[in-house]
Amino acid sequence: MSPTTQTPPTGKIDYSAYPDEDGHFGPYGGKFVPETLMPALDELEEAYLKAVNDDEFMAELAYLQRTYVGRPTPISYARRLSEHLGGAQIYIKREDLAHTGAHKINNALGQALLMKRKMGKSRIVAETGAGQHGVATATAAALLGIECVVYMGTVDMARQEPNVFRMRLLGTEVRGVESGSKTLKDAINEAIRDWVTNVRTTHYLLGSALGPHPYPVMVRDFQSVIGREALVQMLDEGDGPGRLPDAIVACVGGGSNAIGIFHPFLEHENVRLIGVEAGGRGIESGEHAARFADPELGRLGVLQGTMSYVMQDSDGQIALTHSISAGLDYASVGPEHAWLRDLGRTEYFYCTDDQAMEGFELLCELEGIIPALESAHAVGHLLELAPTMGKDEIILVNLSGRGDKDLGTVMQELSLQ
Amino acid sequence: MTGVERIEAVFTQVRRENRAAFMPYHPMGYPTREATLEIIAALAEAGADLFEIGIPHSDPLADGPTIQTATYTALTQGTTVADCLKMVSELRAQGVDQPFCAMTYYNPLFAYGVADFVRDAVAAGVDGLIVPDLPPEEGGELEAACRDAGLATIYLLAPTSTEARIKQVAAHSTGFIYLVSVTGITGARSELPPDLAGFVQRVRRHTDLPLAVGFGIATGQQAAAVAAIADGVIVGSALVKAAGSEDGVEAVRRLGAELAAGVRR
Ligand SMILES: Cc1ncc(COP(=O)(O)O)c(C=O)c1O
Repeated sequence: MSPTTQTPPTGKIDYSAYPDEDGHFGPYGGKFVPETLMPALDELEEAYLKAVNDDEFMAELAYLQRTYVGRPTPISYARRLSEHLGGAQIYIKREDLAHTGAHKINNALGQALLMKRKMGKSRIVAETGAGQHGVATATAAALLGIECVVYMGTVDMARQEPNVFRMRLLGTEVRGVESGSKTLKDAINEAIRDWVTNVRTTHYLLGSALGPHPYPVMVRDFQSVIGREALVQMLDEGDGPGRLPDAIVACVGGGSNAIGIFHPFLEHENVRLIGVEAGGRGIESGEHAARFADPELGRLGVLQGTMSYVMQDSDGQIALTHSISAGLDYASVGPEHAWLRDLGRTEYFYCTDDQAMEGFELLCELEGIIPALESAHAVGHLLELAPTMGKDEIILVNLSGRGDKDLGTVMQELSLQ
Repeated sequence: MTGVERIEAVFTQVRRENRAAFMPYHPMGYPTREATLEIIAALAEAGADLFEIGIPHSDPLADGPTIQTATYTALTQGTTVADCLKMVSELRAQGVDQPFCAMTYYNPLFAYGVADFVRDAVAAGVDGLIVPDLPPEEGGELEAACRDAGLATIYLLAPTSTEARIKQVAAHSTGFIYLVSVTGITGARSELPPDLAGFVQRVRRHTDLPLAVGFGIATGQQAAAVAAIADGVIVGSALVKAAGSEDGVEAVRRLGAELAAGVRR
């Protein structure tokens, strides 16, 4: 099916009607995997449905989120940044304060617990780009006593070195991937190959709202804790503004932190939901990962199990992407984002490497928060958005992670300026 | 004759000869365009019954290192989908008349345009399609286009496939079914999986379609063992390794002859 054969519905949309039972969000999503994995996807879906309907499982997950991850993460009012930009009031959802320093732990812990409690498997493989998902997975594996192997492109290993060391300290085996662009996409290929080979004993702990069904749904649900908390916190008249925001801004790699904060707000049609992709060296340069912003490179296609927007050449070969942030440096985007965009519910912009660096520095200097370079893309977009809005309007930005892992990259960038 | 009929004719013939079909895989454009044409011609002379021709993709997630490296080499030399189809028509013009099954991942085909690809593939002389990341659940558009064009849609089954999936794949496949011998990716292996015969029998209970076994088969002896239990023997990585060696065409010819003898043992 192509998007032209499926016109999005109009009028009041029931967002819970998607995906269909085979995992399609309109023309997007689905299961494009080798036959060997199809039974494993069915088993995973079954186990997942059992878990979410099991009060004991959900209680254990909530307990670990409170006592181990440190949830709920707070929202912080960014007074000085708001004043500096001279427009909307800015609130920050502090996923950087979650254990291991990013939102990735929400999904990693959810899936690891699912495997432990509901699936007869003993080993986890995962991919990682920025290393945050790898660290989160290694952490969950250590906590629950599960054998863990993480695949990581060697380019990413070099630029996120502290996280490689962290994973090894946590008892995880990190395997460098030398194929292709040696980044996230290649790490996913290698993790899938491992999974195909060891599928009887191994769960693939995919780190974003990507891949074949049921991953996009399952990852979204595990990450939606961000949005559920934020909804309550925004309505709080003491520590919060006492009302819903006018806009929510989040960076979009595969799209898990964004869909996690967006999803509980879908029904609140007055809240604009804004995703920010990696603009790299600019769209014209072709060196970016803004799948929605470049009609020439970013077209409908299949990568790593799902139909979505994919950066590719005219022959259907996957294009090399670039971003200063390893976590946004990926050729495709979660299928639900593509669908919500078609429905007109979400909007996407991009932020270049330079704009992200600007956002990074401002947040450090004005708020005392060192963001991950991925999250700095969301902050970078505020520089454009906030001044166009009134002082009585509110933006909530999802700060998906903290920047400790990026200090090497940032030092290098700043010394070049 | 349609592609489906040409493939069926091969299996009817080999059944009559009381043997299995020898089905070599070769990635188009590897190690060079010229060598590809020579290698396929050499395999045809050595006794190939049906070819699987690989159309390279940048992200071959079902392939092991040998085929990854080969298809990557083909891509860096600028091999395109259109080129691969052109090579097929050149081989037809040279007189290679065995059925050709194109093996590629879904995205290159989707980017070409499913209907356009099927039309051009048929015109070039392709008889069937094998798309390892396209299960029947997602294959509707391709199947419809292939049905009209008489092109075979060959789905895969794996040792992990359930009875329900075997039935589903059998219902949607034409030409033959591709049985993945191992739970794993492509690559030559020193031994065949111990439960292979049981797997073939499990599938056999649900279908009369020819069953071809691939992944891991590397020697004439292994080919003979698989030929004893299946209708076709698919060999990829071992031949690709030979193609990449010094004097690749001769190395492929030698191994091809050994494998062709294996299925006749
Ligand atoms: C801190 C942080 N933010 C965002 C991302 C991007 O992923 P996603 O779009 O799935 O949230 C990553 C990925 O590694 C990350 O580490």
